[in-house]
Amino acid sequence: MSDDLRLPIKSDADVVTARQQGRELAARLGFGECELTLIATAISEVARNIVEYAGRGEVVLSLTDVNNSPGIIVVARDEGPGIPNLELALRDGYSTHGSLGLGLPGARRLMDEFEIVSEVGKGTTVTMKKWLPRHTMRFPLSPRR
Amino acid sequence: MKGRGNLVAVSAPAAAATDDLMRELVAHFREQRDTLRREWVEQMKAKGLLAGLTPAETETESVTIYDTCVGCLETGKYDGAQAYATRMAERGVLRGMTPEQILGGLLTLRDVYGRSLFHRYHRDIARLSAALDIYEPVANKILAIVALAFIEEREKVVREEREKLVRQQQEAIRELSTPALRVRERLLILPIIGVLDSHRARLLTEHLLRAIRANRAKVVVMDITGVPNVDSKVANHLVQTVDACRLLGATVIVTGVAPEIAQTLTAIGVDLGRIITVCDLQGGIDEADRLLGYRVIATDPGGPSFQAARAQEG
Amino acid sequence: MQVPILKQGDYLIASVQAVLTDTDLLELRDRLTEQVGTYRARAVIIDLTVLDVMDSFATRTLRALAQSLRLRGAATVIVGIQPDVAFAMTQLGLQLGSVATALDLEEGLELLRRQERRGGSHVR
Repeated sequence: MSDDLRLPIKSDADVVTARQQGRELAARLGFGECELTLIATAISEVARNIVEYAGRGEVVLSLTDVNNSPGIIVVARDEGPGIPNLELALRDGYSTHGSLGLGLPGARRLMDEFEIVSEVGKGTTVTMKKWLPRHTMRFPLSPRR
Repeated sequence: MKGRGNLVAVSAPAAAATDDLMRELVAHFREQRDTLRREWVEQMKAKGLLAGLTPAETETESVTIYDTCVGCLETGKYDGAQAYATRMAERGVLRGMTPEQILGGLLTLRDVYGRSLFHRYHRDIARLSAALDIYEPVANKILAIVALAFIEEREKVVREEREKLVRQQQEAIRELSTPALRVRERLLILPIIGVLDSHRARLLTEHLLRAIRANRAKVVVMDITGVPNVDSKVANHLVQTVDACRLLGATVIVTGVAPEIAQTLTAIGVDLGRIITVCDLQGGIDEADRLLGYRVIATDPGGPSFQAARAQEG
Repeated sequence: MQVPILKQGDYLIASVQAVLTDTDLLELRDRLTEQVGTYRARAVIIDLTVLDVMDSFATRTLRALAQSLRLRGAATVIVGIQPDVAFAMTQLGLQLGSVATALDLEEGLELLRRQERRGGSHVR
C-alpha cells in the first residue's frame, strides 16, 4: 500500500480537510466508526497545533502494513519555532497559548503510537499511528445518524 | 558448467572434471536407487522415524524424496526440494510429526548416500574427497531448505493458534460485557461483571453510548458489585464513561461500590464528585425513577407485582 | 458556512448544518452572544448532530460561549453529540463542564420547559 496523501496546512479550513481525508483513508482500511472519530480528532489536534504555533506546515497520511497488521500513519510537520520543552508540552493542561493544553497529550491518548521530534528554531514533527484491531468487533446497535 | 556455478574458483579443466564426477555420482545414485532407498527406509524404521506413516505412504514418500535429492544434485537447482519441503512441512506439522522425524529422516538419507559413496570410492581417497565435496553441499542445502520450511510452518501454526486464542478471549469479553438492559422507558441498567480493564471499559462505553442513543435513555444505573479489584484505574474508567454519557444528556448512577472500596478511592484521591453513587441496585433504580419523574406504586400492596406510573409531572 | 440561528419563543436555536472550521465557530459565538441580547432570549440550544469531530478547540470555545451567555442572562443546552464523538472527547480528556446537554433538539427543548415549570430558573 503506497497511498501517500500530502496536505498543506496553513489555515483552519485545512485542519478540517486534513481530518476528513484522514477519516476517509482510515475507513478504506476498515476502521470502525468509533476509531475513525478518534483518528479524525487526533489529526484535528496536531493540524491545529501547526496553524496555531507554526503558521504553516503539512500533514502526510499514509497506510502501512507491518507484519500483516495494517494501520494508518499520520505525520504532522512544520518548520515553526519548535517546542523548547517536550516533556512539558506532553503534560496534560500545559499550553503556551492559554488554551486547555490537551492537544498533544490528548492526541497521544487517542492513537496507538505517538512520537514527537522538535528542535527550537527548526520545527516540529509529530508521527502518530493507529493499528487496525485484528478482529474488529462491532455491536449490532443503531447505525449512526 | 551447468548448475555448479558457485564453484568458480576451480580452473576450467578441473571444472570439467568436477562436472564429469557429478554426472558419475548421479548415475551411481540412479543405479543404486532401489538398494539405497530400501536401506534408508530400513534405517528410518529402526530409528523409529516412521511412526504414523503407513507402508504405502513410506513407499511413495521415500521415492519422491530420494529422486528429488538426486535431481538437485544433477541440476544444481532446488525448486523441487523447496516445493516438496513446503508440502512436507504442511502435512508433517498438521499430523503432529516432530522435527526429529523429518530432519532425522533426511540426515539418515544423507548418511546412506555418503556411505555408498565411501563404499564406491574408498580405494581412491582423492576421488572420494572430490565426490564428497560435490555431494555434501547439496545434501546440506536440502537439509537447510527442509528445516526452514518446517520452522516456517510451525510459526504459521503457532500464529494461527494465537489468533484463535485472541478471538476466543474476545468472545469471552463480549459475553462478559453484559448488554445494557432497558428496564422502562428512558432507563437502562448496566450490570458489569468481571474484570474491567481499559480495553473492556472502552468497548463497554462505546456500547453503552450507542444504547443510550438507540433507547433515548436519560438515566443509566451502572452496577459494579460484580467488578473485582476496583482501583484508581477502574475508577477512572468509570469516571470517563459517566462523562461520556453526560455528553449525550444521560445521567449515570453508579451502584455497588463496596464501603472499603469507597474508602480506598477517597484515600488515593480519585475524584468521584461528578458521579452519583447509591449503595445498592434497588436504591439506584429508585433514584433513577425519581430523576425521571416516575413513581412506583403497588397495585396489590401485599403482593410482589409493582407497576411504574408516570408522576403528575410527565 | 454560516450556522443558521432560529428564534423560537424565548429560545434561540443554532443548528449546525455542516462541519465547522474554527472561524465558523468563532463567528457563531459572536453572533449568538449578540443575538441573545437583541432578542432577550432566555436560553440557547446548540445542535451538534452533524459534527463528526469535537476537538479541544471546539470544546473550549463552546464552554467559554456558555459562560458568556450565562453572563448575558441565557442558559445554554448543547444537543446532538454523537456517541462516537462523546467517546473521543472523554478519551481526549475533554468535558463540557457545567454546560447542560441533551440527546437531541426535542430533549433539549423538553429540558428547558421542565426547568421553566420548576420556577423560572434555568439550567446552570
